[in-house]
Amino acid sequence: MIRRTFPILGVLTAVLLSYGLYEALIGAPTEQSMGDVQRIFYYHAPSAWTAFVLFTINFVASVVYLIRRSVKADIIALVTAEVGVVFCTVVLVTGPIWARPVWGIWWTWDIRLTSTLVLWLIYVSYLILRRFSSSGQTPLMAAVLAIFGALDVPLVYFSIRFFRTQHPQPVIGGEGSIDPKMLQVALINWAGFLCFACLVCWSRYRLELLQREVEETEALEELLDSRKAQ
Amino acid sequence: MSAITNVARASLSKDLRLEWRSKDAINSMLFFALLVVVIFSFSFDPTAEESRRIAGGLVWVAFLFAAVVALNQTWARELRNQVLDAYRVSPAPANALFLAKAFGNFIFVIVLETFMTPLFIVFYNLRALGPAYQLLIVSALGTWALVVNGTFFAAMSLRTRSREIMLPLLLFPISIPALLATVEATTAILTGDFSAKFWIVLLAAYNVVFTTACLLLFDTVLNAE
Amino acid sequence: MKSLYAAYAATWIIHISYLALLLRRYIRLRNEIQELNQR
Repeated sequence: MIRRTFPILGVLTAVLLSYGLYEALIGAPTEQSMGDVQRIFYYHAPSAWTAFVLFTINFVASVVYLIRRSVKADIIALVTAEVGVVFCTVVLVTGPIWARPVWGIWWTWDIRLTSTLVLWLIYVSYLILRRFSSSGQTPLMAAVLAIFGALDVPLVYFSIRFFRTQHPQPVIGGEGSIDPKMLQVALINWAGFLCFACLVCWSRYRLELLQREVEETEALEELLDSRKAQ
Repeated sequence: MSAITNVARASLSKDLRLEWRSKDAINSMLFFALLVVVIFSFSFDPTAEESRRIAGGLVWVAFLFAAVVALNQTWARELRNQVLDAYRVSPAPANALFLAKAFGNFIFVIVLETFMTPLFIVFYNLRALGPAYQLLIVSALGTWALVVNGTFFAAMSLRTRSREIMLPLLLFPISIPALLATVEATTAILTGDFSAKFWIVLLAAYNVVFTTACLLLFDTVLNAE
Repeated sequence: MKSLYAAYAATWIIHISYLALLLRRYIRLRNEIQELNQR
């Protein structure tokens, strides 16, 4: 089953993303106030939504790890955090690229962009913890940190939201309701990015399994070598 | 319940006594705090009007750095003397140790803040235009927010390489809502332009959430082999 | 619009860079496995 699912998913991803790209650049109507620059939305928003989905999976996997100590849960947590950070980076890069021509400023304390920045910071610190902690403890410490991060998210949201009402700032996505056709294009791209994220996570998962196998084998070899030497 | 308070009190009084006898940590920390205030004062030369608007941020960044230096040595004594291993095999609840450490750090940082605040008032010609008593509430809540997570992450950092840098790396992102709230509340009180109430409530919520999380998860962190 | 193309290009550059990183790790792992097999 696995052999066939991957290529099928690959084709589906390519189709969705190509169609999504076409619709984003040509099919979707041009926005009134911002013009064509607004089309960045069709990549900016779905990337953010994908990142949130990935981070939610990370949270669930971390809780599962704390309860069951399952290795699979730990690897899923690692993988979704990494890919989530990649998508988050896309959001943080496309945001300023969008803001600059529209308002002449690179950065604004736009609630969504700022929340994404904090989320990015939390998960980068998560990845750094995973890299720097001694291998016995890593999954446990990382799971605990992920839970702290998840608890923080609503607090981040409310604090920045109130900060913005006190210091009003330009809103990157635009406020108010969205044109149904635009929403449709955004959803198509979201579906494409979700499939793409699936593919990448899957590959990363298998890479991690392979790496752990190699590390175990090498550790075993070292042990046998030192025994022989005695 | 009483076991927790007894152990916590014993541990806390031991820490305070040791600190009072040697005074090396507090002395170097106080000097560091002074240096921070002076250096920050060099970077700005504001008028009284401006200084009220930016002082909130400056003061709390300075407190944050002083707090990190204090937090980094939280578990140093325990590590040196293998106390943590002894603690793990004892029946004493892990929470008690955590509370004692967190309170110890809290007292420590409050002392630092009490020392640094008059210096800031002098250097920046500060005067609160809003309700000044609220500043006490804000300091207490803000400091506890930093210290509770800081003590927890200090314990988590023990088993990492580059222990000293790992603590701020983990602490700062998670503390952003608390820092924002503290700075905004302080600015609100100093300038009197808006009410600090929302920020104080947010800080209280933050403290409740993370104190609970730390108490529930400290056992896991302490006993992780 | 220049910004529009820059944003889309940036998105794919970021994704492709990450995939390139993964590929490099995979190649390195494969070499290590070959080494282990030869021993």
